[in-house]
Amino acid sequence: MTSASTTHGVAVSAQSRMLQLALAGLLGLFIIGFVGFSHMEVVHNAGHDYRHSMAFPCH
Amino acid sequence: MNIFRNAVFAAALAGILAGFVMTALQATFTVPLILQAETFEGAAASHDHAAAEQVAPGHSHGEEAWAPADGFERLAFTALANVVTGIGFALLLIMASELAGGIAGWRQGLIWGLAGFAAFTLAPGLGLPPELPAMPAADLLARQVWWVGTVGATAAGLALIAFRSQAVWALLGVVLLVAPHIVGAPQPVSHETPVPAELHHRFVVAVTVTNLVFWLVLGAAAALARTRFATGLSAKPQRRLA
Repeated sequence: MTSASTTHGVAVSAQSRMLQLALAGLLGLFIIGFVGFSHMEVVHNAGHDYRHSMAFPCH
Repeated sequence: MNIFRNAVFAAALAGILAGFVMTALQATFTVPLILQAETFEGAAASHDHAAAEQVAPGHSHGEEAWAPADGFERLAFTALANVVTGIGFALLLIMASELAGGIAGWRQGLIWGLAGFAAFTLAPGLGLPPELPAMPAADLLARQVWWVGTVGATAAGLALIAFRSQAVWALLGVVLLVAPHIVGAPQPVSHETPVPAELHHRFVVAVTVTNLVFWLVLGAAAALARTRFATGLSAKPQRRLA
């Protein structure tokens, strides 16, 4: 990290920080939901062994 | 969007590492058991889940749908799913830990990993044990709703116990941990299955332990990635965990 980005990081308001972290969490939820919970058959078939191995509700 | 970018970058590093470790573990311990169970689905066209369909109607596996070819292609898609969702889990772990002040080191990363394991594997697995193909199950949507609710309640319960000083919050946390199991997971009408109980038991153990390792790797990797990008994520290190 350069000193410039450090300064920028500290300057970020608490509200903006919360928002960006929440956005990152939402992205994570979306990814997991799509791969693990999709009812789309192609996605289901592609991730079949994964879903069973992660004990996601499947079938 | 500096914090968002750093969170995504750290999550990508942790997710890719944990995803590849998980793929190796699954290929060794869980996928062979899945393939063995599929032989009980009948001699019909490969991979059509005929047996499961009878107990869970409404989720058809039409023969026209694409599916990866057995062997390398199937493993490759499993690896892809592991890496992609590894990044997704890492994003959630990083978000939660940053809101709590940030992971200070790999040891705290392991503890965060244990929390992830408890929320995403242990708690939902109590009501809905890992299933093999050809095993009966209740309605898919009902199980997904219970699964999501249990994960959310467990994560919230653990957070209240770990990060709230007043005893009343810890008590509420315990209630949240227990409540999903009092509600109970949707169960199939009959648990009758051609899959031998011994095979299923080995699968439950394999899934639980591989997930434990996955979460420990993910937590530690997220902690190590954070030390490189800490300045972009948070101003202060985590003061205490409990």
